[in-house]
Amino acid sequence: MTLEIVLQSVVSGLMFGGVIALVAVGVSLIWGIMDVINFAYGEYLMWAMYLTFFLYAGAGLDPLVSLPVNALVLFGAGVLTYRLVIQRVMRGPVFAQLLSTFGLFVLLRYTAWLVFRPDDRQAQSLVSNGVLKLGELRVSTGELVAFVGSVLATSALFCFLTWTKTGKALRAVAQDREAALALGIEPDRLYAIAWGISAAAAGVAGSLVSPFMYVNPLVGDVFLLPGFAAVALGGFGNVYGAFAGGLVIGVVNVTGGTLTMPKVKLALVYLVFLAVLFMRPRGLWGR
Amino acid sequence: MTTVLLVDDVHASYGRFDVLRGLSLRVAAGELVAVLGPNGAGKSTLLKTVAGFLTPRQGSIQLDGEEIGGLRPPALLRKGVAYVMQRSSLFPRMTIQENLELGAYVRKTTAEVRQDIERVLALFPRLAERRQQRAEGLSGGERRMLEIGRGLLLRPRLLLLDEPTMGLAPLVMDLIFDKILEVRAAGTTVVMVEQNARRALEVSDRAYVLEQGQTRVEGRGEDLLASEAVRRAYLGSGVAGR
Repeated sequence: MTLEIVLQSVVSGLMFGGVIALVAVGVSLIWGIMDVINFAYGEYLMWAMYLTFFLYAGAGLDPLVSLPVNALVLFGAGVLTYRLVIQRVMRGPVFAQLLSTFGLFVLLRYTAWLVFRPDDRQAQSLVSNGVLKLGELRVSTGELVAFVGSVLATSALFCFLTWTKTGKALRAVAQDREAALALGIEPDRLYAIAWGISAAAAGVAGSLVSPFMYVNPLVGDVFLLPGFAAVALGGFGNVYGAFAGGLVIGVVNVTGGTLTMPKVKLALVYLVFLAVLFMRPRGLWGR
Repeated sequence: MTTVLLVDDVHASYGRFDVLRGLSLRVAAGELVAVLGPNGAGKSTLLKTVAGFLTPRQGSIQLDGEEIGGLRPPALLRKGVAYVMQRSSLFPRMTIQENLELGAYVRKTTAEVRQDIERVLALFPRLAERRQQRAEGLSGGERRMLEIGRGLLLRPRLLLLDEPTMGLAPLVMDLIFDKILEVRAAGTTVVMVEQNARRALEVSDRAYVLEQGQTRVEGRGEDLLASEAVRRAYLGSGVAGR
């Protein structure tokens, strides 16, 4: 095994990690604001990939061109999910919340299975087949675009949370719901916005991976489990930590697989995940 | 004097038992009114009900002659009712500046709001020095100042303070009362619930003593302080002790 191969795998891992980071940020946002785990998150991403595919197959839109459409549609889907399902179960026991997002997961996955059958489909993009060479290192253009896009989307979200009035209100609701209400911040309105933003992040991720990944009804698993590991690594509910956690998970996944056997790469992800939780139960960047 | 707040025969409850049982009181513009009474008398419940966190089951609450009973907090804030709750209600992982900005959440963010933030920071210089620090690093007294300052950013018609000096050292307590007097002097009508009856009566214009969800005694602060009967019956050792 040469140094080039290891370096190459780290670069590929970072590319994959960027997307995982975006997924982790989306999951972490909801957890951080309202302590709800969205098990259906990977399914949002899968539906976004189908949307991308059909916009490509039906209207000839490049996945990168249809990205804003995807983000908007998923934003709406997130708001609807909150208003129709989550808002109701928030008054119930924690179990009701867990089961409702798990139920959504099953519903979204098997509706896709029913409608699309378990066939692989792939949209084509301008960036689908390119390869960039940097000395000995090679990066697929599609993956590089996905990485850069994920970093940009995450940065935009961080800026939103840090500087805008709504972003500050979201953080306020996360820290003290009743105190926020006493200042006129309507928690339900902000929760709905948070679900919208979280789902929109899945939409963006779905668009970004479409140029180089097949979509089928099970594709959500590729993102959700590593995404959850990244959320835990980053400290539950810490969106900045989730982003860093995503990059770590990406590298562990790809480089670990390269150094050992590709078959065990997911096992390695969970080994790291367990080791971190064992030593730092609040995650690497937990509060 | 015009009446700002009128509470008339209000009943309110948590669950099945009424905590307020036909409570009435009146607050005039520019007054500083203290609400006193033993634990469980309904003092905090009164403020929660006026602030919209509890819906009155019966009776009327009016702000400047307009019925406000049953409105939710955001609507009440827009009408100018600011409420500083008993427990700490700061956003600990946000800066002092951000906490203040959120106090003006229902207002449009304009130059006016920014000026008001400067004004509040001028009133509480200790906060001004630390405006970019997180609220979690503040002392108990500073936290209270920030909460009161945040309430002022609404430019409230009526400021409700639930035990503003609870848990503070005597010197800090005096400082907070001084600040409340400054706020009143600037024209804001204030209703405060207090455990420290003696100090509350000294600084307030008028006071109500509640018992079992009703108004038992009402009068000017100094008169109540002087009344032997009030001291013995309602104010307990908090007054006699000093």
